[in-house]
Amino acid sequence: MSSGQSRVDVEVESKRAGEPAPGRANPNTCPGCGSHYRDDELEKTLRVCPHCGHHFRLGARERIAQLADPGSFVEADEDLRSADPLAFFDLRPYPERLAEAEIATGLGDAIVCGHASIEGGRCELAVMDFGFMGGSMGSVVGEKFVRACERAGSSRTALVSVSASGGARMQEGILALMQLPKTVCAVDELYEGGGALISVLTHPTTGGVLASFASLGDVVLAEPGALMSFAGPRVVAQTTREKLPDDFGLAESNLRYGHLDAIVQREELRPVLARLLRLLGSA
Amino acid sequence: MATEAELQLRERLSKLGAMKLLRGTKLSGELARLQDQRERLEADPSGEEIWRSVELARHQDRPYTLDYAERIFADFFELHGDRGRADDSAIVTGLGRLGGRTVVLVGQQKGRDLKERTKRNFGMAYPEGYRKAMRAMALADRHGFPLVTLIDTPGAYPGVAAEQHGQGGAIARSQAAMVRLSVPTVACVIGEGGSGGAVAIAVADRVLMQENAIYSVISPEGCAAILWRDAGEARKAAAAFKPDAVHCLELGVVDAVVAEPEGGAHTDPDAAATLLEQGLLAALADVRSSDPDDLRRRRRAKYRVMGILAGM
Repeated sequence: MSSGQSRVDVEVESKRAGEPAPGRANPNTCPGCGSHYRDDELEKTLRVCPHCGHHFRLGARERIAQLADPGSFVEADEDLRSADPLAFFDLRPYPERLAEAEIATGLGDAIVCGHASIEGGRCELAVMDFGFMGGSMGSVVGEKFVRACERAGSSRTALVSVSASGGARMQEGILALMQLPKTVCAVDELYEGGGALISVLTHPTTGGVLASFASLGDVVLAEPGALMSFAGPRVVAQTTREKLPDDFGLAESNLRYGHLDAIVQREELRPVLARLLRLLGSA
Repeated sequence: MATEAELQLRERLSKLGAMKLLRGTKLSGELARLQDQRERLEADPSGEEIWRSVELARHQDRPYTLDYAERIFADFFELHGDRGRADDSAIVTGLGRLGGRTVVLVGQQKGRDLKERTKRNFGMAYPEGYRKAMRAMALADRHGFPLVTLIDTPGAYPGVAAEQHGQGGAIARSQAAMVRLSVPTVACVIGEGGSGGAVAIAVADRVLMQENAIYSVISPEGCAAILWRDAGEARKAAAAFKPDAVHCLELGVVDAVVAEPEGGAHTDPDAAATLLEQGLLAALADVRSSDPDDLRRRRRAKYRVMGILAGM
């Protein structure tokens, strides 16, 4: 049975999907310095602000286009879709949120996986997309990540994961939490077979994704300014009433405390990954 | 024709009935309760029951890890410290005897009065707590002792220092350590199984849950604050994400439910401890395998199938 049958009819929803949320800043205005750019200007700089160095968020497809050798990426498991195991309904039903996210991003869920080469070095890629329900990890993200591990293991190539996630997907309840041990098990199996994992953390990587595979890389990298905390700053401020340091949870702070191997500028990411693939013996 | 809810309940009943793990414990009570429930099937009967579980799981008189440690584990000796920088009192580790053999115990610990609560940080561990747990796991591994973990936490502590000390990485590594263990492992959620902070010590060959415990991806208040934009809607959130034991069993997240005395574990801690002990012994006996590679393979296979996809 095709997965399409259990998906909802999205036509009605598509009317709403295109409207930008009120009060949200223009996506091409730099939150760091307020400079404004045209799309083509930002594309040329890999969506990094030429003025202050702020790294704009990237969708999964844009990220893959920046990292993979042209034409080398072959996607896998793109047909996997979330079910609604709890018949979850908050202010809106979960299937409606899924449909809207699919229309907005063109993706089936919050991760895109497949094999690719980076400067000629073959690897498996697992790239998350924050635009799909905040990059939250539910059954599909977990399953696709695990399959990427398995392919990396059997093809004896390294896995490069690029995470961007608010954490586990609440709408899948306890099954979302189970994706933590599920992905941890997959990394364990990859390592047992001699495979390698390079984990790249991008803004933001928080909650369940940070507390599972993203922290377990042989090498862990982050983009400048990426928030990587288990609990978000708002939760910490509300719960503890502590004054948060300016660099709370940021990659720069995490590097200082020893949780990261390196902070890598976006333009350096491709050559750095290529080097690591060679060093880890996959290329 | 049976409604979908009725079919689900029937399936639950048959699952519970077939579970030999619960033989000897108060299974008949649980069966009777579910049968009652089936008989008075109304529209969405579970919301209220779920909230009752939330309240019982957080009941201030509910037995905590150390209450069970002294009742279940003969000769219990507590081990302190992560051998790095601290002794996190939100996590208790120790050696004791269960069913005539030495086991290692790891569990979260809440406090009962204000002083104790502060000392235990309300059962919310820092990364140091998970490193202390990993140290105890390594000890179990070295000596071939089975590992028992008891889960009871609102979540890992969300604080500035906790983040600086690597909360996310510690939770990830604690899970990875549990996956790697070459000894049989059993986890039981005895109160609140709060998110990553809970699963950090709950990756086991057999995972149990007490009848009135909850196990969830986020607290009802946290979920309500995000999705309803109002923490006061916690009841609605709990009814939506279903953190109760029966739902966790149904979703394959736990292997068995451990019965509690009528009215909840706090009404009779001794009886609750006896039931938990029986559950732990049955689960350990059920793991059987002693070959490390085989144990790891089976453990991974158990988690490999977690989750539900469309059309599958």
